[in-house]
Amino acid sequence: MKFENNFSKHLVTLLMLIPLFVFSQKEYFPTNSGVKVVNEPYKAFVNATIVVNSEKTIENGTIIFRDGKIINVGKGIKMPKNTIIIDQKDKFIYPSFIETTSSMSIKEAKRLAYSTRSAMYGPTREGFYWNDHILSDYKAYLDYKYDSSKAKELRASGFGVVNTHRSNGIHSGTGILLALSDSSNENQRVLSNNSTEFYSFNRNALSNQSYPTSIMGSMALIRQFFHDLEWYSAGQAKNKDYAIETAIKNKAMPKIWNSGSNLNFLRALKISKELDIPFAVVGSGLEYMDLNAVLKYKNKLIIPVNFPAAYDVSDPDLTKKISLGSLREWNQAPSNLYILEKNNIQFSVTSSGLKKKSELLPNIRKAIRRGLSTKSALEALTVNPALILKIKGVTGELTKGSYANFLVTSKPIFDENSEIYENWVIGVKHVVKKEIKPTSKNKQVVNDTVKKADKKIKAIDFVPVTFPNKAYGNKTVPQSENMIIRNATVWTNEAEGILQNTDVAVSNGVIVAIGQNLQNNNNSREIDGTNKHLTSGVIDEHSHIAASSINESGHNSSAEVTIADVINPNDISIYRTLSGGVTTIQILHGSANPIGGQSAIVKLKWGETAENMLMKDAAKFIKFALGENVKQSNWSSYSRFPQSRMGVEQVYVDFFQRAKEYGEQWDKYNSLPKRTKSKTPKPRYDIEMEVVWEILRGERHISCHSYVQSEINMLMKVAESFGIKINTFTHILEGYKVATKMAKHGAGGSSFSDWWAYKYEVIDAIPYNGPILTEAGVTVAYNSDNAEMIRRLNQEAAKAVKYGGLSEEEAWKYVTLNPAKLLRIDDKVGSIAPGKHADLVIWSHNPLSIYAVAEKTIIEGAIFYDYMKLDEKIKHNEKEREIIITQLKEAKKSGAKTQPAPVIDKRYFECETIDIVNENVQ
Amino acid sequence: MFLAVHSQQVPGKKQSKSTLISYGTIHLGNGDLLENAFVGFDEGKITYVSTEPPDINYEIIIDARNKHIYPGFIALNTSLGLGEIDAVRATIDDDEIGDFLPHVRSIIAYNAESKVVETMRMNGVLISQIAPNGGIISGSSSVVQLDAWNWEDAVIRYDQGIHLNWPSPYSRTGYSYYRGPSIIKKSDKYDLNVEEIKNFFDSSKAYLNEPNPNPVSLPYKAMAPVFNGNATIFLHADDAKQIKDGVRFLQDQKIKNIVVVGGTNSLGAGDFLADNNIKIALEQPHNLPSMEDEDVKSRFRLASQLINKGVTVAVDATGEMTRMNTRNLPFFAGSFAAYGVEKEKAVESITLNAAKVLGIEDNYGSIEVGKSATLFVSHGDALDMRTNNLSHAYIDGRSVSLETNQTKLWQRYKKKVEEEKSN
Repeated sequence: MKFENNFSKHLVTLLMLIPLFVFSQKEYFPTNSGVKVVNEPYKAFVNATIVVNSEKTIENGTIIFRDGKIINVGKGIKMPKNTIIIDQKDKFIYPSFIETTSSMSIKEAKRLAYSTRSAMYGPTREGFYWNDHILSDYKAYLDYKYDSSKAKELRASGFGVVNTHRSNGIHSGTGILLALSDSSNENQRVLSNNSTEFYSFNRNALSNQSYPTSIMGSMALIRQFFHDLEWYSAGQAKNKDYAIETAIKNKAMPKIWNSGSNLNFLRALKISKELDIPFAVVGSGLEYMDLNAVLKYKNKLIIPVNFPAAYDVSDPDLTKKISLGSLREWNQAPSNLYILEKNNIQFSVTSSGLKKKSELLPNIRKAIRRGLSTKSALEALTVNPALILKIKGVTGELTKGSYANFLVTSKPIFDENSEIYENWVIGVKHVVKKEIKPTSKNKQVVNDTVKKADKKIKAIDFVPVTFPNKAYGNKTVPQSENMIIRNATVWTNEAEGILQNTDVAVSNGVIVAIGQNLQNNNNSREIDGTNKHLTSGVIDEHSHIAASSINESGHNSSAEVTIADVINPNDISIYRTLSGGVTTIQILHGSANPIGGQSAIVKLKWGETAENMLMKDAAKFIKFALGENVKQSNWSSYSRFPQSRMGVEQVYVDFFQRAKEYGEQWDKYNSLPKRTKSKTPKPRYDIEMEVVWEILRGERHISCHSYVQSEINMLMKVAESFGIKINTFTHILEGYKVATKMAKHGAGGSSFSDWWAYKYEVIDAIPYNGPILTEAGVTVAYNSDNAEMIRRLNQEAAKAVKYGGLSEEEAWKYVTLNPAKLLRIDDKVGSIAPGKHADLVIWSHNPLSIYAVAEKTIIEGAIFYDYMKLDEKIKHNEKEREIIITQLKEAKKSGAKTQPAPVIDKRYFECETIDIVNENVQ
Repeated sequence: MFLAVHSQQVPGKKQSKSTLISYGTIHLGNGDLLENAFVGFDEGKITYVSTEPPDINYEIIIDARNKHIYPGFIALNTSLGLGEIDAVRATIDDDEIGDFLPHVRSIIAYNAESKVVETMRMNGVLISQIAPNGGIISGSSSVVQLDAWNWEDAVIRYDQGIHLNWPSPYSRTGYSYYRGPSIIKKSDKYDLNVEEIKNFFDSSKAYLNEPNPNPVSLPYKAMAPVFNGNATIFLHADDAKQIKDGVRFLQDQKIKNIVVVGGTNSLGAGDFLADNNIKIALEQPHNLPSMEDEDVKSRFRLASQLINKGVTVAVDATGEMTRMNTRNLPFFAGSFAAYGVEKEKAVESITLNAAKVLGIEDNYGSIEVGKSATLFVSHGDALDMRTNNLSHAYIDGRSVSLETNQTKLWQRYKKKVEEEKSN
């Protein structure tokens, strides 16, 4: 039997060397290359410090594993006789990390060349959902090819299991769960070929289908998709839809949303809550900025640790161009995880977004230096991702029955100079770094490395977060104060007119008294208004600031989208606009479509969350648009209906008619007796139709972008034929030609004061438009539609005095009471009267004068802008810039890599701005 | 309110009767003010300016009690008459292709009958520099008065400026929907771009040394007035570094007349401009700060900051929808006044300083005996839209119409509404 013995000895050696051979054998797979090898020996690590999970560490422990699974863990546990014992004295054993959100080993979707031809409106696929950007049927497994070099990189950072996908499409389909074991075969490596669903705000790169062009379009689309899912599930569709059917099958599957930016992160959370689907949401790494908003949600979070690299500040001229916001990001982002932990927010960490995966552990250690506990760090890389992927007990802890996925390290893993020696995946050893045993010869070298590592540890001073977290941010969000403004010239906008030497008292955010020598009974702050003018806050009926996107131009109607989804509370335009005494604005959808999106009426509460900026109990509005923009006459687009004003009318008639029928269908359904109702299929819920139906019911009002008299007249006639009114014609530069018709219809006009000649349809625009409309009995406002002019609406109002000879009192109402009326919020704002919101502005001069400077802008009793403190703020900005720039210089000295200055492109939206979905844009 | 002396677009006739405007507040344009004063003019020239009534008789006497008299406001760096409707390409003539185009002349494309131009007059803007856009040297600008049959009638000074757009020392990656914010770097091309400009200037100079060049080079030849001092270089530059580099370059080239245009970020070059006695046509303040951290009032405050450093400041009318917005020139100056510029200095920035920038100060820009009678009467402070309300305007003594297509539409539809209401 000598030969046999020899053979088995060889075999054992062979097994040790090429475990692949062993593990490629599944019990039901035939073998033709030899005899079937069964009864694998056990393996055991002994004498190690075994970190089972964040709660439990076993000193001097033993871990036994076999066939890729952990058999037992403990101290002094009994080992079977056929155990290969591996001494891991002085070593630490950790569960390998789990990556929830990777795209490794999946073929990327290569973006189609942008088509310069006319936009494409239909889907490219047949048998699927109507929108190409919903790829719920897509399986990343189809584009899977194991990438061993990427796997090696991930293993070196500690990962054992990776959930990978193709990030493409608003619904990106499903991903796969992969064990990073080079020597296994696919049967073992692919733990699941349909692991989780992935979502994003990004379009399918493989399709040029136009809709959605904006983030708000993406959000509306995903909502509609889930409505359609429910409807389809009830078996009502006449057709087959493989995309929906797949999504229905995957309903219980874990869902991950790649959000991309800090604001999109909040948007994903919002949708998740609305749909009541517990998405795990991938953040931006900047969650600390929006804590108040984040704290409201209970979702599982996946947080990147791609801290910004230091900026190159060697050129002082260039350095001036880096915004304080960017400088702060560099300073603050490494503290993100610590801040989340301190606020009891649970999170997983992802390596996605890192240029090199090898930055993962150094960045985690950086976060630990900023205060993150090692316990949370470990959980964020092991058990928390396992919970998201619903694989707790499968891997992520060193417990009995789990996969034998573990790291062998030189020291506690988060110690500065700890090394990962080995990363075992499904029981297979992968050497990450050869252990250098400190002999007398290389002792010096080792110590040097240690020293070098220690040197880098210095943590920098964290600059405080402001609201919003950029230049001119507030240390704390301004709060309502009780105040009395004394002895001012008060423009009441009420029957009292303009009152001299008058006091106005404010309490709990509302105006409580107007008069002379008001008593200060409640310790109110006294503000001297001598020689000053006090007015109610300026209101802009038509604005596009403070939004991340403005136009959903993918369809000729986009009633389903809402600006409320895309409010950007961090827009510097908010602060600039406050400096012009503006307190309330309507953020309108753009004018790309005859039926645009729903608008948002917001107070300019600089530092508040998007949600808290929304004006409470405000009326509901939608943007409509006529003319050159909707017929796309100023850009090369010839494929979308309408191309002429003739077509525009038919769009409205069509939508109103369909919404009417839609409403009748629901009314009929809703009025069924209970028993019949439960047996009757529900009509399809259509967000777009719901919104148009709201208009027909008088619950949502129209503000219509309009210029030319013919189209203005047309829309009034269409509206009348459906029994509704056009609330506001905005722009309305030829309104003066149909002024009496507008008055008769009951429409208001929100105009520019003196703009004209920028396009053909404003050739007859005149600065006397407002006064003529007023003469006819139309409620007139002057609006901005522009991030610059919005700061000077008081001057625009004055132009109604200059052109057309309006009285000053009436002219002032053009930017205060009248827009409040047009927005149907004049019961709350627009004048100085007891009970109204304390939205007030103190002006240095008559507010209509060119010399008037808004000195204080107050919203609901809180001072959001103070001209007297502006210089102080600027100085503070400068000082903080200097602090961070010094830190950056020091960082560079101590070897940090630098990147060129990022420039925050401020994009100013106007009606005509067309935006495209972008994960990076706020 | 409107003296229908002439109807819209019929230019005023040559002054035939001597005129006295009496008992008004005269804003001289040079920073001074005369209250309760008289200004007389005859044959197009100002003959009398005093707080005392004149001895001689004037044929027309205008009572300007409680009213204000200003020199005609001068709009710099506009493309008035070179474009009518922004979005209609067929109506736009302000930008020619090519890099070095000193031979391209704006004046011949100037549409004196533009409906945009006529709206200037009613706000007191009576003179404008018509400048081309684009390229490195965009072409030559000319000065026109804004009440004429055609460009030949309109011109005050031909080809008085050559417009040089100084390159940016920085380059930035384009904004990308997929890559996010752009990255700003030192431009690798900056030195090369400056070298290119130097080559053009050097070549022009060398060419002009030859008395009878053959063949003739149109671009080089067009540079002659720049070198002999008959034309001004309008150096378009925003950043302090650009301004300093550009001015130093032009000084090295021995260019005498240099005016900086734009200067939105010029504060850092303020002392430099003052020391070198370089005037600036500062971009009007109804524009946003360029960087997020920038003082929210920076554009409003810049004029007073530069004036305090000793810089001569005029106003560049550039902005959004710049042509139609040029009628707001008085309010641009008014905005500077709201943020620190003394009111008469603000008037000076759109009158005498602007005339100096254009080299027409001998005849325009202030109310002085011997100068052209280009002035207007306003019911109140003309820098404030609350009170800017003209009753009379004169260009070279010609009484000009304050009527426009817009006022005509106003009258027509006002009447319509009144009639419909009374029915």
